[in-house]
Amino acid sequence: MSTATNCLHHLFEERRQLEDYQGGMPRWCKGCGDNAILAAVQRLCRDEGLRPEKTVFVSGIGCSSRLPHYMRTYGFHGIHGRALPIAEGIKLARPDLHVFVNTGDGDCCSIGAAHWIHAIRYNMNLTVLLHDNHIYGLTKKQASPTSPIGTKSNTTPRGSYLDAMSPLTVTLGIQNASFVAQAVDWIPEVLFQIITAAFRHRGLSFVRILQRCPEFVGNMFEPWVHDPQRMLMLSHEDGIKVSPALQKIYRNQIEHDPSNIDRAREIASSEDPIPVGILYRNPEVPCYEDLRRAGMLRTTGSIRSTLESEFDKFTVWP
Amino acid sequence: MNAAAELRPRGVPAGPSGSPAATKQVVTLDEAVIEIMSDSGEGAQKCGQSFGSIAARMGNGVWTVEIIPAEIQPPARSVAGASGNRIRIGSRAISNGGDEADLAVAFNEQVLLGRVNAGELRPGCIILLESIWAESPDPKIAAQYAETLARLVAEGYRVYEVPMEHECRALVSDPRKGKNMFVLGMLCNLYSLDMDLAREQIAFIFGKKSAKMIQSNVALLEAGHAWAEQHLDFGFRVPAERATEPQLVINGNTAIGLGVLASGMDICAMYPITPATSASHYLSDVFERAGGIVHQAEDEIAACAFAIGASYTGKVAVTITSGPGYSLKQEGIGLAVMAEIPLVVVNVQRGGPSTGQPTKVEQGDLLTVMFGSHGDAPKVVMAVSTIEDCFYSIITARRIAETFNMVVVVLSDASLATAQQPFRRPEFSEDWLAPPIDQSPIPEGAKPYDWDPVTGLSRRFVPGQPNGMHTLTGLAHDRSSRVAYDPEINEQGMHARSLKLAALQRMLTPPTVFGDPEGDLLVVGWGSTKGAIEESVERLRREGHKVSSLHLSFMQPMQPGIKEILQRFRQVITIEANWSDDPRDELIDETNRRYSALAMLLRARYLVDVDCWSEVRGRPIKPGTICEVLRRRLAQGASRP
Repeated sequence: MSTATNCLHHLFEERRQLEDYQGGMPRWCKGCGDNAILAAVQRLCRDEGLRPEKTVFVSGIGCSSRLPHYMRTYGFHGIHGRALPIAEGIKLARPDLHVFVNTGDGDCCSIGAAHWIHAIRYNMNLTVLLHDNHIYGLTKKQASPTSPIGTKSNTTPRGSYLDAMSPLTVTLGIQNASFVAQAVDWIPEVLFQIITAAFRHRGLSFVRILQRCPEFVGNMFEPWVHDPQRMLMLSHEDGIKVSPALQKIYRNQIEHDPSNIDRAREIASSEDPIPVGILYRNPEVPCYEDLRRAGMLRTTGSIRSTLESEFDKFTVWP
Repeated sequence: MNAAAELRPRGVPAGPSGSPAATKQVVTLDEAVIEIMSDSGEGAQKCGQSFGSIAARMGNGVWTVEIIPAEIQPPARSVAGASGNRIRIGSRAISNGGDEADLAVAFNEQVLLGRVNAGELRPGCIILLESIWAESPDPKIAAQYAETLARLVAEGYRVYEVPMEHECRALVSDPRKGKNMFVLGMLCNLYSLDMDLAREQIAFIFGKKSAKMIQSNVALLEAGHAWAEQHLDFGFRVPAERATEPQLVINGNTAIGLGVLASGMDICAMYPITPATSASHYLSDVFERAGGIVHQAEDEIAACAFAIGASYTGKVAVTITSGPGYSLKQEGIGLAVMAEIPLVVVNVQRGGPSTGQPTKVEQGDLLTVMFGSHGDAPKVVMAVSTIEDCFYSIITARRIAETFNMVVVVLSDASLATAQQPFRRPEFSEDWLAPPIDQSPIPEGAKPYDWDPVTGLSRRFVPGQPNGMHTLTGLAHDRSSRVAYDPEINEQGMHARSLKLAALQRMLTPPTVFGDPEGDLLVVGWGSTKGAIEESVERLRREGHKVSSLHLSFMQPMQPGIKEILQRFRQVITIEANWSDDPRDELIDETNRRYSALAMLLRARYLVDVDCWSEVRGRPIKPGTICEVLRRRLAQGASRP
């Protein structure tokens, strides 16, 4: 689309309010970190001026996956683990739509793990938000793949047996990873900045959001929430810039260039302090929908001529 | 007594001065079944398909069946490694692979043995056997050859030893690669096929390669023809009337691929699985030219979810699979049912359960596609019965999916997948294509699931339509797509989704009975058995039996008028390629007998005492077998009070 046409579109577009993106009343528990993610996402939609009818939030199953119901855009609340392939189908069929994926640590890293790996490889232009609270919430407290070892849950009453997997290191290990970031629900300003950068990245942006679940693992992130020094803020001119006000609280900062994948992998493996920011970004990775030339105009003529030439190939003439 | 063995003793290759064929007698036949078998990679399939295509061009009815080993490179000279083709040609249209073969060509005696042991050759069948093995330096091979030859002769087969490799050596450096065209030439001679058409066929199949390649293969063809003319004292003619309309010669999976293209669908999501994949192979080759995309997903579940996502945005998408893949897709299919997202799912059935018999035919998935996915998940189920049907059913399936916002499952099987049969070249119609995606604003106050109380139908809102924003969900939901916790609403949704099947059923016409509308015995079938069933019915009717048949293409909903048809016959039996208990088994009685899928459905739906006969031998059911079953049944029926 030409710049002039773009300008005209903007001229005609109404300025939307937050309410224009707000759907049903959230039914998450009091204090649930998902509320912070919802607020950040609604703000993003408003600030980026997304047309609600052109925006689709796709989710799987779990607390995280209720998010589309609370938006006033199109939403697709799918089945457990399959949000990513559904979103890919949507994007390939309709590259004109803004497609977001909300998924949880069980949904993405356990039952949907195969899709997660391949979604990174396809690198379609999707914004994927991993609501990682380290526990299964909707099914009432079972250990998830990201639960720290020793987590007591209904299926691991004496503590979970395995070391947690790191969604960041896994994602950074997959071919075609193009945007990997980490945010936490308790620093909403940075969460918003990161989600914005993720949305603006062309390719699959994977944002892991550490999210509190006060109902089942209330103390999971307590030490980090209460000790800002245990947060590692990644700042860079190509990453996010921490505001002066926040800088006073979160003093543990490093400069990290998001184009440096080796350093990104190193930072990703740190559990304490928790790194926050953009770990990796590579806008050069091709998007699957571009490789497949999705959204190409199909005409009756093109279908007909292809069919007729195929018929010719197989025809036995009298 | 074996004329050929006397004519040319074993081990002595026939030279140009061999037995003269001056006394060659050409016998006119109504039809013939020919099998060509080789090791994998020796080109018997190409030979068989070419033979079928030439016969089709001459106007013969043709049906070809691929004989496929399970492995890509099975050991050479092995019984299980037979790769080739069965071709049945006739003066009239041919609808199935027929009975035991009349003539078999084998590139070695081992690949032939598998077919002999499976009872695929008729008694006294003519066998043209490559004789090079008799001279093998490996004494084991020479002994195997001698032993098999002796056995075949003893069993009464008319075995002709043909020095294929010797003859080809004069023409090409690697005779192993050229034998198939030599054999094609022999067959053209034996069945009086037009050599000009044969040369054209070679030019067509090697068209992408060099002119030299074409020349060398034509030379092989001609050599084979000359050899048979000179050395074989028999020949046949299956008279044909040249077709007046152009015919398409393709297999079922290609027809499915063409159907997807013709239906105007944009996206096919799939995961490799036998025997469905060749449909996607074909589509991958041509779809992009028309702007379509074949997406090979990371697994079957993803392929289904991907297709659902694509469908959700406006245009119906398709996913193509076989049994195990279908099982994996079931949860996704349930989502599409619940959220009323149109979707076409093609299941090219193979032997099951589990990995079963991947390359073999079976009709074992009917109940699973009808009732599969947990809860009540009503979907449309269609079954294709001919190659032509494979093409048109996909177009129909897309339309039904879109009109009713439903999942439409199209059942094909391994037999149709690779069988070829000419059918009238379709004439393009714009009605085949999907309409453009609706992006018009939704009127204020309209609801995404505003179920019509009579039909259950509602207008679908797709992304991009202003005012249509809602969150679609697999949870029970109300008319506004809000999660429903209310018992009333859950029942309303179930009701609406179920009603759509009834609404579709009201649009269908009653099926046509093949034969008289009443009689002693009605045979009911579905899917690829159609040709064999109808042929058996014809044979029995010629014998004076009052037999008719009914072939169903809509399995769910079933067409109206079926009960009335069933009631006009004294006995009803289904013939199916799936499991059913044999009532003669010691432990089996009416209280525990497991019926074949269709029989079970007909009994449940129409309260008619429908019996069944089935076979799960991994091969198409032969018309001769069906005839025997039906004769027995008629005799039993006659003895009843």
